[in-house]
Amino acid sequence: MPRRVLITGAGAVTPLGSGARTLFERWCAGELGIAGGEAACAEFDPTDALGTKLARRTDRFAQFALAASDEAIAHAGWDGGEPPYESARVGCVIGTGIGGIGTIEAQQDILRDRGANRVSPLAVPLLMANAGSGVVAMRHGLRGQSYSVASACAAGAHAIGAAARMIQAGDADAVVAGGAEAPLTSLARAGFAAMGATSESGISRPFDARRDGFVMGEGAGVLVLEDAALAEDRGARVLGEVLGYGASSDAYHLTAPDPDAAGAVRAIRDALHDAGVEPHELDYVNAHGTSTPLNDRAETVALHHALGDSARDVPVSSAKSTIGHLLGAAGAVEAIATLYALRERLAPPTLGFEEREEGLDLDYVPQKARPITTANGRAIGMSNSFGFGGHNAVLVLAA
Amino acid sequence: MPVAVTPEAVEEKVVETLATFGPDRAEIKRDATFDQLDIDSLDIVELAQVIEEEFGVVLKGDDVKDIKTVGQAIDLVVSRA
Repeated sequence: MPRRVLITGAGAVTPLGSGARTLFERWCAGELGIAGGEAACAEFDPTDALGTKLARRTDRFAQFALAASDEAIAHAGWDGGEPPYESARVGCVIGTGIGGIGTIEAQQDILRDRGANRVSPLAVPLLMANAGSGVVAMRHGLRGQSYSVASACAAGAHAIGAAARMIQAGDADAVVAGGAEAPLTSLARAGFAAMGATSESGISRPFDARRDGFVMGEGAGVLVLEDAALAEDRGARVLGEVLGYGASSDAYHLTAPDPDAAGAVRAIRDALHDAGVEPHELDYVNAHGTSTPLNDRAETVALHHALGDSARDVPVSSAKSTIGHLLGAAGAVEAIATLYALRERLAPPTLGFEEREEGLDLDYVPQKARPITTANGRAIGMSNSFGFGGHNAVLVLAA
Repeated sequence: MPVAVTPEAVEEKVVETLATFGPDRAEIKRDATFDQLDIDSLDIVELAQVIEEEFGVVLKGDDVKDIKTVGQAIDLVVSRA
């Protein structure tokens, strides 16, 4: 028997505010985290959350990772923010799509305008993509394996999957895992706009016929994962379980999803197989649902192929309808939303979904949250994440 | 144009800069050590950049590696002017 992986803590900083529960409740209430075509964490104050010293020694993406980790670790009941296990047995995996792009741009301006010897000695430790896992490990004394995962918009899900595997392989007793991103910068905006990925209307409406691209967002999501036997020994409050993980590659195109969705289908099937779950047992699917014309169509195809007749019966919704696309944080934040949906037996809505497009024929939970009914004794859900580069990562959770 | 180097001007700039790095301003006294203030080598390099910009005094790694207190840093800048 492989070791089981339980979820004992969750933390999030999202455009709907700070807090994992806040994310879920506001989403289900139909609130929008998007304003002016972007989804910013407008109320997040890094100095407030982290103090002057840490705030100035971290890029915004790592600040989100730290705040979300603080919440997740407190939620898990880790006394004094330190792990309840030998620290060398506790890992940290924080994914990101880009890393500290705000720092890169600011330091590039300094280099150009004021010269090389004005570039900050903090430039590299702030901008490096692994900074999130580094600072979280440092803050909480996590001395097991720690690293970052960079797989664009699949990074958050890959991070949680890799963390679960680390525990199952016996390489760690617990792992703090998630994703963080702070891409609301001029270069990222221009780059995503140039490739036609972002929405010109500034409206995120996944699966709707009028969708015209994603709305960029920022934030972080972090879970505390623990080996089930050890978590039970210490009397941890259990929030849910990582039942399965599947990951694959399209090897098809730099940015476009394979229209046949063969890679996504394999990731979904592998995750379900890993979980020992049949398609008809799924109570909820948290879609990648970016609101781009290509993704939402390919993802619908993938769900049909992977789930068969069960695809039409399961509620499928996208958090990107309320918080936009958090890129490397998306998979982690959405895993948290999935966890709460399963715990609360409530499928959050795809906000803004009004007009159906031919072929996009799933139950996208339009506009209003809806109770989840389960015949499983516990609710089982799946969260999809797909990234530029053709990366697919799928998590199956239960609560 | 760099600002003229006086002990007072240097002290004011050093204290003001260190305060933005995290420690309480009240704790940044001449005899306070960088260890006590939780100021590390990365902070010192940043401080040296600010000093160079303000006073035109260039401090390299070898110059500052033995500096332990706020007062030593101030004196070094003044002595190099």
